[in-house]
Amino acid sequence: MELLNEILQTVLSGISIGCVYGLVALGFVLIFKATEVINFAQGELLMLGAFISYSLIGLLHFPYWAALAVTVIVMGLLGTLLERTVLRSLVGEPVYAIVIVTIGLSYFLRSMVSMIPGWGTDTYGFQTPFAEKFIRTGKLVISWEYLAIILITTALIFLLFSFFRYTRVGTAMRATSQNQLAAVYMGISVTRVFSLTWTIAAALGGIGGILLSPITFVHMNMGFIGLKAFPAAVLGGFGSLPGAIVGGLIIGITESLAGFYLPEGWKDIAAWIILIGVLIIRPQGLFGIQEKKKV
Amino acid sequence: MSFFRAEDITISFGGIRALSQVGFEVRQGEIFAIIGPNGAGKTTIFNCINRFYDLDEGAFFLEDKDISRIKPHEVAEIGIARTFQNIELFKNTTVLDNLILGQHRSRRSNLFTETLFTPFVRKQEIRGREKAEEIIDFLELEAYREQRVINLPYGVQKTVELGRALAMEPKLLLLDEPSSGLNVEEAEDLSFWMNDIKEELGITILLVEHNMRFVQQVSDRVLALDFGEVITQGSSQDVLNHPEVMKAYLGEEDAVA
Repeated sequence: MELLNEILQTVLSGISIGCVYGLVALGFVLIFKATEVINFAQGELLMLGAFISYSLIGLLHFPYWAALAVTVIVMGLLGTLLERTVLRSLVGEPVYAIVIVTIGLSYFLRSMVSMIPGWGTDTYGFQTPFAEKFIRTGKLVISWEYLAIILITTALIFLLFSFFRYTRVGTAMRATSQNQLAAVYMGISVTRVFSLTWTIAAALGGIGGILLSPITFVHMNMGFIGLKAFPAAVLGGFGSLPGAIVGGLIIGITESLAGFYLPEGWKDIAAWIILIGVLIIRPQGLFGIQEKKKV
Repeated sequence: MSFFRAEDITISFGGIRALSQVGFEVRQGEIFAIIGPNGAGKTTIFNCINRFYDLDEGAFFLEDKDISRIKPHEVAEIGIARTFQNIELFKNTTVLDNLILGQHRSRRSNLFTETLFTPFVRKQEIRGREKAEEIIDFLELEAYREQRVINLPYGVQKTVELGRALAMEPKLLLLDEPSSGLNVEEAEDLSFWMNDIKEELGITILLVEHNMRFVQQVSDRVLALDFGEVITQGSSQDVLNHPEVMKAYLGEEDAVA
């Protein structure tokens, strides 16, 4: 009984951190599906979102939910701006060039944060409505901090799913990811789709940031979470939105269990061991579709 | 007023003149074919109309409006639909959804009205689905309705692409090598459908085609192209029997002998 509780507890915290990995992975996959570029600054977008929410809550005393909304909007606008100023001019350039630009962007964002007065290289935290609240069932103690992450992520996934499935813009985005040429000739503006993709990916990063902050606190190197979210995306198949979330959960749970039961150090490589294992058995990832070329 | 015309269109790629001073006019309600040997510049004309390339000189006019400077996605907006030589469908999507996607440009809705599912959005949705069903009926696609395109045979995929173009309810339909890769029976079906599209739906068709027999069967008028220049144009009978056209296709007479 004791052991079961312990495992449940560990899995639960794994799920909540996995949700954040999933959100970042979702950002990777969204941008990849639309533009065939991997945005290595996705983790830094999360970090920026965390700093913005820290400023809003910690310094300007915004209520949590208002801060969440403002962070999403600000990050969304920032995504649009990034696409407009940096990435649009690169359309048609070789993919590796654009990928290098996103790596540059990640360094740029990190240095920028360290230079902004009030942000800098220190570690910060802020109050959330979930702090130090627990649900007790028997011997199981569930922290609201973790539960909130799971609930908000679930709601978000539901929203995103409805958006892509049922709206005209969402359908246009799916169509573009399947066949850009055909999408243009259906009257879909691919430029607008790209811009919207970056908006959504950046907003997701923002939400990831505000969710992760109570657990890891706010600091300049939060963006390295991308190193965990990337295997999550690959695990899911890198072309699949549900795959990104499932990949995130698997990595989150494994990591959490490894951190608890295995010696120091295993926690950080657990994600990669899982990834290599899955790729040996299923090279296209869990949810990936294998591209078959007819010859 | 002319329905669609090309005026002196010229385009070069790195010193090679792909099209040189090409001009033609498509009348409303006819089937107009562009023929020519490989590399004559036929598909280039389509790619220019679709704004895939910028013209060096000349312009296209649809109902006397210059359409050679609009954005690529606006080509659908003004009522020009197209099919491709190498099928460009949304392959991981069902036939029905491909047809519904064809109506993208004609839908008027946004996130807000869609979330509320207003009566207006609802009406459009219903109308769109009815239209898609009509096309499925028309092109005899019932059996494939809910199947993903990627699993369908080549000929059926070509028909789906034609259906998607029709779903756009265009004024002008561009068909790029519609009969290529089809067997005799499928080509026969296609020629009947094209006639129906012209007669019943009143859609003007501009096609690029290799297959002479097919061109003779379906087209009202023909333009013959070779090395980016117009050889001749006129009624299909005249063009297909024109000595220069025969020469472009069959080579010099003494070379044959």
